[in-house]
Amino acid sequence: MTAQVELRNVRKTFPPTRATRSLHALGPLDLELRRGEFFAVVGPSGCGKSTLLEIIAGLTPATEGTVAFEGRRVAGEAPDGIGVVFQEDASLPWLNVTDNVAFGLRSSSLSRDERNKRVRDVLRLVGLGDFASSYPAQLSGGMRQRVCIARTLVMQPRLILLDEPFGALDQQTRLLMGDELLRMWRETNATIFLITHALDEATMLADRIGVMSARPGRLIDVVDTHWQRDRDSRIVENPEFGAITARLWKSLREESLKTIGRAIAPARTP
Amino acid sequence: MKAVIVYRLVVVAALVAILEVLCATGVIDKITMQAPHLIVRDLYRLLLSGQMNAAIAKTLTNTLIALALALVTGVAAGALIHRWRGLRNTLDPLFATYYAVPVFAFYPFFIVVFGLGDLPQILIAFMLSVVAMIVNTLNGLDRVPAVLVKTARSLRLSPVQTALRLTLPSAAPYILTGVKLAVAYAFIGIIGSEFILSRGGVGYEISFAYTNFDNAIMYPLILLILIASIAINSVLGRWERTLLARRGMR
Repeated sequence: MTAQVELRNVRKTFPPTRATRSLHALGPLDLELRRGEFFAVVGPSGCGKSTLLEIIAGLTPATEGTVAFEGRRVAGEAPDGIGVVFQEDASLPWLNVTDNVAFGLRSSSLSRDERNKRVRDVLRLVGLGDFASSYPAQLSGGMRQRVCIARTLVMQPRLILLDEPFGALDQQTRLLMGDELLRMWRETNATIFLITHALDEATMLADRIGVMSARPGRLIDVVDTHWQRDRDSRIVENPEFGAITARLWKSLREESLKTIGRAIAPARTP
Repeated sequence: MKAVIVYRLVVVAALVAILEVLCATGVIDKITMQAPHLIVRDLYRLLLSGQMNAAIAKTLTNTLIALALALVTGVAAGALIHRWRGLRNTLDPLFATYYAVPVFAFYPFFIVVFGLGDLPQILIAFMLSVVAMIVNTLNGLDRVPAVLVKTARSLRLSPVQTALRLTLPSAAPYILTGVKLAVAYAFIGIIGSEFILSRGGVGYEISFAYTNFDNAIMYPLILLILIASIAINSVLGRWERTLLARRGMR
């Protein structure tokens, strides 16, 4: 498999503002995403996970290093073929579900019939077929997030970046959404890059899991799960599941303590 | 909800009834004011006679022109100013103090420059209402969630597409607040300047009736303006409610 995304020596520093000093947020970091794989990233909060995603998405330029998507350099503009789903609710409250999902297709060259068909198919895929004319305010948080996923899928991206898309959902909904995400991943053949703070979620969903250090975020471990492509949330019963999650936690524990240590004074040792 | 409407009507009816009683008992004499039921009757006659049609048409047309100009310019200017931080920082204090400026003071100057036609009146109304539009557009654009702007960028929308399809619709409830204010300001601007110096219009007719102690024309016309402005405002209010209800904000 060839690398679809290639990050070389990527580093991000935020310049100082009136209120803050300059901040070294990320890197140096090398990363390759293979076409069609499900890659998850875990890391302590504030380690630059979202910044990494925005750099790949072309929403934020890297301070140093290079980012390439399908061999082409990503520089400050979102490349065609990448879809992003954010952590926050990004549904458009003034549009109904159909118009929300069709939002990105408006400027495409598709015919109206083709566009409608694509929207219908995607709505069925994310299980919102019965809510085509509902408004986001009438939907639950999980359904709104599915609207956003559908809006991304309808563009038929070859790489989907998801920034803690289930962060605001309860545990049961998250597990079920995970199953649906796996199903969509299989049906669309897209590459998925998922950021999550939930170790079990990463283990359950991903082919490979990147573990990031505390700020400035670097990749300190990449874990291969060796799961079958055809899998779902019942994988939690697999003994390997516990072992992989445990390995992630082992790598992460020290890093998370560093992050917390910044906020809380270290515990006194007896 | 139903009960609230009833109470509201009762309050209005009570105030009208008090006026009616005060007029009937002679506490308010006939030269000062007519009884409310007579005002309604005179308005009906006035509208039926058609003698005010030209004045009403002039006032409404000028108000609508000023309003349309203020809406288009205000939203466009708001969107542009929102994009340019420097421009925003420069203008913000000016907007904050704008309504301390007595815009009517410019009216004689406008008449000198543009003559005694519709243009100076439209300009006054435009100047009064456009800043309400700009300020409320800016206010709405400030409240567009950052994640929506990121979404637009990830969907590769151009700045103009982003404004027309995402940020302005997102700010629509705030812009609508601006429209409601702009309607009021446009009316004030047109009728006020007609009042001061004009060759026609409802404001001019009121002022003319006033100098001639012609209560049978003055009060009905005041009532007419009241009805028009309440009607426009309640239509906008209804639109606002459906807009907000759709977004689950009410």
